Amino acid sequence: MDETYTEPQVIKGEAATTVERPLARVPLVLNRRNFRWITERISGVVEQPAPRWWWVCFAITGTIAAFGLFCLGYQISTGIGTWGLNHPVGWAWDITNFVFWIGIGHAGTLISAILYLLRQRWRTSINRSAEAMTLFAVMCAAIFPGVHVGRVWMAWYLAPLPNNWAIWPNFRSPLMWDVFAVSTYFTVSVLFWYTGLIPDLATLRDRATSKIKKFLFGFFACGWRGANRHWRHYEMAYLLLAGLSTPLVLSVHSVVSFDFATSILPTWHTTIFPPYFVAGAIFGGFAMVLTLLIPARAMFKLQDIITPQHIDKMAKIILLTGSFVGYAYTMEFFLAWYSGNAYERFAFWNRVFGPYWWYWWVGMLFCNCLSPQLFWFRWCRRNIFVVYFVCMCVNAGMWFERFIIIVGGLHRDFLPSSWGLFIPTWVDIWTFIGTLGIFTSLFLLFVRFLPMIAMSEVKIVLPEADAHSGTPTEHHPVAPGGKEPT
Amino acid sequence: MRTPAGHRVYGMGAEYPSAAALYEAAKMVRDAGFKRWDVHSPFPIHGIDEAMGLGKSWLSAVVLAGGISGLLTAILVEFGPSWGLYPLVVHGKPYDWRTVPAFFPIMFELTILFSAFAAFFAVLIMNGLPRPNHPLFNWERFRSVTNDGFFLVIEARDPRFTEIEARELLERSGGQHITIVHED
Repeated sequence: MDETYTEPQVIKGEAATTVERPLARVPLVLNRRNFRWITERISGVVEQPAPRWWWVCFAITGTIAAFGLFCLGYQISTGIGTWGLNHPVGWAWDITNFVFWIGIGHAGTLISAILYLLRQRWRTSINRSAEAMTLFAVMCAAIFPGVHVGRVWMAWYLAPLPNNWAIWPNFRSPLMWDVFAVSTYFTVSVLFWYTGLIPDLATLRDRATSKIKKFLFGFFACGWRGANRHWRHYEMAYLLLAGLSTPLVLSVHSVVSFDFATSILPTWHTTIFPPYFVAGAIFGGFAMVLTLLIPARAMFKLQDIITPQHIDKMAKIILLTGSFVGYAYTMEFFLAWYSGNAYERFAFWNRVFGPYWWYWWVGMLFCNCLSPQLFWFRWCRRNIFVVYFVCMCVNAGMWFERFIIIVGGLHRDFLPSSWGLFIPTWVDIWTFIGTLGIFTSLFLLFVRFLPMIAMSEVKIVLPEADAHSGTPTEHHPVAPGGKEPT
Repeated sequence: MRTPAGHRVYGMGAEYPSAAALYEAAKMVRDAGFKRWDVHSPFPIHGIDEAMGLGKSWLSAVVLAGGISGLLTAILVEFGPSWGLYPLVVHGKPYDWRTVPAFFPIMFELTILFSAFAAFFAVLIMNGLPRPNHPLFNWERFRSVTNDGFFLVIEARDPRFTEIEARELLERSGGQHITIVHED
């Protein structure tokens, strides 16, 4: 970055729609950036030395991650009793965290797959980092059921492998479906993400200066050379992976919800769980995408690529899915009343006025139902601080929601003599905080070592990428992120 | 064919200033009857498959085969134990064909998993990748193909290829920096 560097000027959405073209669309990349600018800006994040804030953040998140790993080691070596699980609450923070993290992953797949099928071209600025977020979230999720089996070294029992006891898993169990759903989800997400990365790794390979970078990027770029005979198959593969990921992502949280819905516990035994969980997953996931991208775009000066328009659109999706979630909450109460089942009615009364009452009032009602309603107002969607506040509310609210569903369903058993509460231990608490550290550390490593925005895809949304009307934009010798005459 | 310096010739390449120019050039090369040639760009250009005279990719057929094999694998893995190896009665429910609905989720997941693997490996194999080295990497200008460069390369093994005709065609189509690319 040279001395002529200046703060980027972010053009307001309206500035692009002039009097002569009142219906012109706001460009997806602002300030008339060209192909070379995009390459230099995004590769620059990887190529330049890490800024100081990166080291500060990484030191903090890495320490938290280390605490988490210590807790996991302690839990594995000592036993499941280090968690606060007991009768009647046999599932608590662990499964809450599992559902929380899996849900966060869903936004990444929605952006990369469903928005691709729906031809939402604005997704190109955010899909790479959202997909990376998916992978890291699923990794964090997998930790919890993984160690909850107790004897981690026997987790291979989950796989249908021939063994000398001639025992096979129960394929009719939702927990078994979950194993297949989550592992398939992770594998397909990795394949999709890596396929998308290949052309960008080739860009980094062609720009690499050191031998080791040239070798590593060259190795993973597979010798990509942008040939159209390759792009033809590549685009078909990308389309099909998007088409496969779309039903997959809907199935994963549906299967997660089956873990609860196929049981006979009041509040769990409902048919609305699959769509309710999927909507909640996308809702929580988009909040996490914005939580990560709002700081990242400011710190790496990517405001021309991740524009206010992108944040606006994501906020609208949060509003939409948040309203789905609010509707689902309402229907749960209605059905509990309408069913006439005393246990069901009690369970929902208990949700609102029982020992965990404030989880419902703060988490579900305020954070999940009310706070996203601010996004009806354009001013709120365009104000970074309001958006960030709502996203933080949703992040917390979605964790509370899963806790209420899981522990709320368990702590008041059918017989009052079996009632109990869940008290988390320090291992419970630090394992969860530790996964937050693992997640953010992995994301920080990702933005340092891989292109966090899909360069080859963002280039397609520039006007000059159109072979029929595009004229190339002149390259102005301006530092990346610098102000450019428009 | 060899260059005066004794290198074997891979083909002849030209650079174009924009995606639109490359698109027009591709149509000219197609109409001139060349078969072994390709265009290179930093991103897929919409509509250039038709301009090059290429049809639809048949990668989808491979993915279909992958999906079917995933479904069959799931059927085998689920029914094998349930019907013969390890019949398991849970909640007094049947373990014969009547249990099929409970097997659907895993059938679905494995169908997707195998299809995705098929798509991933098919795109690599059909493109002849990974291929770390390629004659085009000997051409210094070609490095901008992953940045903002648009290239068209006619291979020397094309039966119609002669140096004069290829150069004339690339010049006529607006190509710049026309270069002989050597193999070694």
